[in-house]
Amino acid sequence: MTALPALAADTPSLVQSVDWLAIAPVVITAVVGVAVLVADLFVTERHKPVLGWISVAGLAAATATLLPLRAGDRSTFCLTADPEACSYVADHFTVVVQFLVLAGALLTALLSVTAVRDTRMPAGEYWFLLLSSAAGAALLPASRDLATLIVALEVASLPAFALVGMRRGDRLSSEAALKFFLSSVTATAVSLMGVSFVYAVTGSLHLTQVADRLEDVPGQLDTLAMAGVALTLVGFAFKTAAVPFHFWVPDTYVGAPLPIAGYLSVIGKAVGFTGLILVTVIAFPAYSQVWGPAVAVLAALTMTLGNAAAVRQSADRPNSAVRLLAWSSVGQAGYLLVPIAAAAYSERDQIGSTLAYALMYAAVNLGAFAVAALVARTKPQHRISDYRGLYAEHPLAALSLAFFLLCLAGLPPGIIGLFAKVTVFQSAVDAGLGWLAVLMAINVVIALYYYLRWTALLFRAPEGAEGARARTKAPWPVAAAIVATAVTAVVLSGAPQLVLRVASGSLFTQ
Amino acid sequence: MIDISPSVMQFLLAFIVAAPLLGAVAALLPAPPGLKGRSPEQAVLRHGVTVTGVILAAAIALALGFDHDAPSRFQATTDISWIPALDVRIHLGVDGISLPLLVMTALLFFLCALYSYFKLPAGPSPKAFVALLLVLESGTLATFAVLDLLLFFLAFEMVLIPMYFLIARWGGAQRQAAAWKFILYTLLGSVVMLLGLLLIGVTADTFDMVALASDNGRELSHTTQLLAVLSIGLGLAVKTPMWPLHSWLPDAHTAAPTVGSVLLAGVLLKMGTYGFVRILLPVTPDGMATFAPYLGAFAAVGIVYGSLACLALARKGNKGDLKRLIAYSSVGHMGFVLLGIASMTPTGVNGALFANIAHGLITGLLFFLVGALKDRYGTADLDTLAGATGAALYGRAPRLGALLAFAAVASLGLPGLAGFWGEMLALFGAFDPAEGLSRAAFLTYTAVGAFGTLLTAAYLLVVVRRVCMGDPKAGPALAVADVQRYEFAAWTPLVALTVLAGLWPALLLGLTDPAVQQLLAGGNS
Repeated sequence: MTALPALAADTPSLVQSVDWLAIAPVVITAVVGVAVLVADLFVTERHKPVLGWISVAGLAAATATLLPLRAGDRSTFCLTADPEACSYVADHFTVVVQFLVLAGALLTALLSVTAVRDTRMPAGEYWFLLLSSAAGAALLPASRDLATLIVALEVASLPAFALVGMRRGDRLSSEAALKFFLSSVTATAVSLMGVSFVYAVTGSLHLTQVADRLEDVPGQLDTLAMAGVALTLVGFAFKTAAVPFHFWVPDTYVGAPLPIAGYLSVIGKAVGFTGLILVTVIAFPAYSQVWGPAVAVLAALTMTLGNAAAVRQSADRPNSAVRLLAWSSVGQAGYLLVPIAAAAYSERDQIGSTLAYALMYAAVNLGAFAVAALVARTKPQHRISDYRGLYAEHPLAALSLAFFLLCLAGLPPGIIGLFAKVTVFQSAVDAGLGWLAVLMAINVVIALYYYLRWTALLFRAPEGAEGARARTKAPWPVAAAIVATAVTAVVLSGAPQLVLRVASGSLFTQ
Repeated sequence: MIDISPSVMQFLLAFIVAAPLLGAVAALLPAPPGLKGRSPEQAVLRHGVTVTGVILAAAIALALGFDHDAPSRFQATTDISWIPALDVRIHLGVDGISLPLLVMTALLFFLCALYSYFKLPAGPSPKAFVALLLVLESGTLATFAVLDLLLFFLAFEMVLIPMYFLIARWGGAQRQAAAWKFILYTLLGSVVMLLGLLLIGVTADTFDMVALASDNGRELSHTTQLLAVLSIGLGLAVKTPMWPLHSWLPDAHTAAPTVGSVLLAGVLLKMGTYGFVRILLPVTPDGMATFAPYLGAFAAVGIVYGSLACLALARKGNKGDLKRLIAYSSVGHMGFVLLGIASMTPTGVNGALFANIAHGLITGLLFFLVGALKDRYGTADLDTLAGATGAALYGRAPRLGALLAFAAVASLGLPGLAGFWGEMLALFGAFDPAEGLSRAAFLTYTAVGAFGTLLTAAYLLVVVRRVCMGDPKAGPALAVADVQRYEFAAWTPLVALTVLAGLWPALLLGLTDPAVQQLLAGGNS
């Protein structure tokens, strides 16, 4: 939004109309974030938990404001000269992704309430950073010019670096944050360079105008445009944790507080792939022959490497559970990329499959992290072997985790996971990407191995003396998060249409 | 036979598919007051018997209400939209092809539940056992009842997790490895199958099996059909299993508990062959015609390979496991089924369907008997059992010995028992294959198959000699209990049906033949 006045310099009026309702989900999140930071100065140590509840309420309110927007027909910050070119569009795509981001952040916040209290993280900073990052992530799907897109990407990422390093005095945590920060900044810089190339070629930052002008690029600028397109993708591929931009993931997840690892695995990914979708299918459809194969290869590498690494996690090592979830999220990112690649070969509505899959993935992955948070209370080592006999200790949590893992694996009874995979397969088959579909089929089998191994472990007889393990009560925010995700997953398994409707029909108005 | 109103029939079919799932959930909940039984274990096992019994009753009612004058028409149909985004419809229905399979499945599950009530396999809680058994039942029944490609895939996948846990938790030696092999193999097959199903659905713009079958592949180009047959056929062939994709089967059978083996052989293998008949033959006839000679070749090799493997296992000093032996015999028997399908003639396909049912009954019985032997002797190792002269079952436990001999001769295809008709018809079909298929090739397969029947007879007779005959005084002084009452209850229906199907094959063929004729002709007959 900052870059617009300069762009519209030759137009008579510079003042753009603002539709406050359309931008409410983002504004509320940001305002509550600032409010929490300020309030932190005046709240006594004893009352710090209030900040957490204010944040939860703020995120819930932001999520609720999506309700009047569900028609998906609003846009604002349009050029006064060209009302078709808007910087902020709240179409169906935006609303769906914003729902994913805000509801996901809400679940993260629920998990964080206990985590912040137990690990004595600075409450004000934590909540401010979480809300800022969520605001950036919610802004991203709505932004329709390259400048806003990059700004949103950075607003979503920068607080995340700090969040990863939140565990004070923990060397692993600071190292993870630094690793994450350095690699992310490099990726963004590369992206920015790509954007500048594209701007040089087209003379516009608005995605729709860029798309139009890329249709007929003068011959001598063609290489520049192509380089711009390729470089722009890098930054987003990094956020999606696509191979070869994935190396930061496992260490970052292990070093970060657990709720933040869950947040990164879901919202961080959402940020990456929405940006990727926007630049590919909205801004650069003219260069689909460049990014189509590139994204397809990225998808293939990402799922294969992610799954191969996840299979290799041995159950007894410390942090193996978080590492497995981290690598599996890399593998899942590969599936998410498949429909984007397919969109290059057929039509852009294919990306609905990505969204449908992401919605399913968000619910079950956050659910898995919620159960991990519960288990970590008694066994802070995050080993997979710690989950042995969980059914005897917390039957409902164990059943939920089993269900989440089977959804991720895509096998009944996780019906929603199965059908979400079917839509992804369908997009690949539809686009004629047979090789990618076959590769994905093999990956699904590999992934089943480690998901099912973990699932089977939950129901084994617990090791050691029975009396030694006292049954601990789950704190209610964590329990609420588990119940919410489990109920969502079960309901969606009965009525997959609720999510899969996103995969059919058009999501974009422009 | 009896007049049941269409809406009741519709309800019966939906009930058969859905009720086991509800039963599975109920099995996990604590028993309500009044149904507590002697102990929680007994209550939940009784619950399993009750639910499978009710399902069997519903299946029999469905069979009675089925209009036997029009077995080629889908009856008791339900067709409601479920996931419009993917065009998935809950489309259920039975015809002459699926009805016998449905009834047999319901029967085998009831018998397994009954058997487990008295003889629970060693392992963790019976609660989970019953719940898994019921989920498995729902998945298999759904496979035979659904008429939508994606729903078929869903049902196909639904059996994986319960079967995995049944093997991995209640199985014998090497159960972990066997369970992994089972699930990874089958999943790889079925995911590849999904690609083929999607290819058909995307190209023809519908996932409805009835619409696709009556269209008979006219919408699909030859290339599409080839790709579809290749990928779907691969998935089904792993499940069937077709040589050389069978290697998961012997391990899974050997490690699985008795009821697991019975269900695996009796029901799960049929899902593969049913898919060939229900999907590939009518939907992609051109592609199928191209691949039929290869399918026939693999089938013929499978027949001989299975028999030879069994012969090797049955020989003295080879430490052959009886369960493994019967698993290999399944590879041979399923070879006949595949050969019948590959001939693409009504005779061959009818034979295949008949052999399907016969194999379910006979091999189910064989696995029950071998399981009982294993329980009594503590091993299924043929050399240990037989000792120097033979296990002398005729002398020690005459009824058990007689039943085993009966099942063995039924399995080798003695005329007058169920095993005969299916394999004979399959060979007849291959003798005179459909137009366009190489006669010479199929004549060879027929000859190889006929030779396979000889080998089958050979190894089964060796088994009978080594297990049933011998000197009861020699060998370990071990009191072997004869057939118990519950064992009689679980096995008699299988024996009776084997005899019935053998003496009155028209009962089954009358159901399948019209449906097969229509299937092969596409909506034109």
